[in-house]
Amino acid sequence: MATETHEAAGHAADAAAAAPGMPQLDFSTWGNQIFWLIVTLVVIYLVLSRVALPRVGSVLADRAGAIANDIAAAEDLKQKAKEAEAAYDKALADARTEAANIVAATKAEIQADLAEATVRADAEISAKVAEGEKAIAEIRAGALEAAETVAKDTAAEIVAAFGFTAAPDAIDSAVTEKLKG
Amino acid sequence: MEGDIAELGKYIGVGLTAIGMGGAAMGVGNVAGNFLSGALRNPSAAASQTATLFIGMAFAEALGIFSFLVALLLMFAV
Amino acid sequence: MATEAAHGGEDGGLVFHPMDQFIVKPLFGGDGVHWYTITNATLWMALTVLAIVALMVLGTSGRNRIPSRMQSVAEMAYGFIYKMVEDVAGKDAIRYFPYIFTLFMFIVTANLLGLVPTAFTVTSHFAATILLALAVFLSVTILGFVLHGGQFLGLFWVSSAPLAVRPLLALIEVISYFVRPVSHSIRLAGNMMAGHAVIKVFAGFAAIAAVSPISIIAIAGMYGLELLVAFIQAYVFTILTCVYLKDALHPAH
Repeated sequence: MATETHEAAGHAADAAAAAPGMPQLDFSTWGNQIFWLIVTLVVIYLVLSRVALPRVGSVLADRAGAIANDIAAAEDLKQKAKEAEAAYDKALADARTEAANIVAATKAEIQADLAEATVRADAEISAKVAEGEKAIAEIRAGALEAAETVAKDTAAEIVAAFGFTAAPDAIDSAVTEKLKG
Repeated sequence: MEGDIAELGKYIGVGLTAIGMGGAAMGVGNVAGNFLSGALRNPSAAASQTATLFIGMAFAEALGIFSFLVALLLMFAV
Repeated sequence: MATEAAHGGEDGGLVFHPMDQFIVKPLFGGDGVHWYTITNATLWMALTVLAIVALMVLGTSGRNRIPSRMQSVAEMAYGFIYKMVEDVAGKDAIRYFPYIFTLFMFIVTANLLGLVPTAFTVTSHFAATILLALAVFLSVTILGFVLHGGQFLGLFWVSSAPLAVRPLLALIEVISYFVRPVSHSIRLAGNMMAGHAVIKVFAGFAAIAAVSPISIIAIAGMYGLELLVAFIQAYVFTILTCVYLKDALHPAH
């Protein structure tokens, strides 16, 4: 490693000045360092304790106060928001009950209407049914009578065609007897 | 070869003294490692003990610095 | 190789010496370094003061309720140290908060400014850190005696231990108490010096074509690590100050 070239002159002089090799142990400089260090520390102490620390302390206190105030205000607003929410909930619940009432009332009304209409319709229907049944019965009775007449006439004709003579009353009663059978 | 036997002894002594710093390194590592294992077991208590950690590290390190100092003194002042 | 590099007689391996960056030299010429001389150390201390003033005074001059970037950094530092003092040293230590904040701001700013290329790192010198540590040590000890009188010595008398071992423990406690400023100062200076010296060593290798890519990557990595270390060491210095302060305020074991 001894291959580099050095501008050794100035350096050698410097190094020679530091006789003990370790500058920290050169006691001739201690007085100087201690003196200036005391001056430095006193200046720093005065600056910090007179100016900087009270200022920073007051700024921090001010900020802490502001934060506390803000937190209190936020707490207040939160309380208000809670109250508003409660009021809203109550209004909502009221509206809900009212709506339920209206629904129930409407339902009952509709039910009543419906029942009435049903009753009326039932009556109408049963009247129509009775009318129809009556008509059917009439028609049926007419038909039976016609059939009896036709049967009596037919029977009399048949009897005549076979060359017999019979009393019409006998034929009638015989036909009636047969039809009932 | 130049120099004398005293010079030789001095440099050997410096080298031996430097080993002392290894001990301090182990000590500091031990402090930090134990702190870490403790902190992982109970992380909630770790933050309150960092001051103790640094004090312990400082004490462990101080002894290594002493050996460094002795090495420097041997090298430059003796 | 290191032999030649170390003392500059016969320059060998490294183009520059890794420790040269720590040399204190007068800025405006002159012979020697007297106590009043303006040196590069003085310059960087002054820049540290300016940086702190810029951050803490100019940055907060708006006093905005919604902070600007500078202001939020200043507030973060304030909150960080305030919480540390409160948590570690206790609520009654808050009145010493400005001192601790001064220490923290000085150390962290000096450490970070030291990472500017070609900068001089004030906190890499034992003179500076020993002054800081001794200031903490002496003020904490005096504070302990002023607040608690003779009871402060109870700090060394571990009343929860069996009676027989208490004198031994007291001896150990006393020794560890007096080692505090030593480790406190050397930790900071040693960390700063070691990081910068390692970067310089890698930078020295960058002159050799074959390894220069590796060396430059290593410098980048070390630089990131050093940013972390610069902050952590300031944090550690401050938190240990808080621990010592707690001992002074509540000496009972």
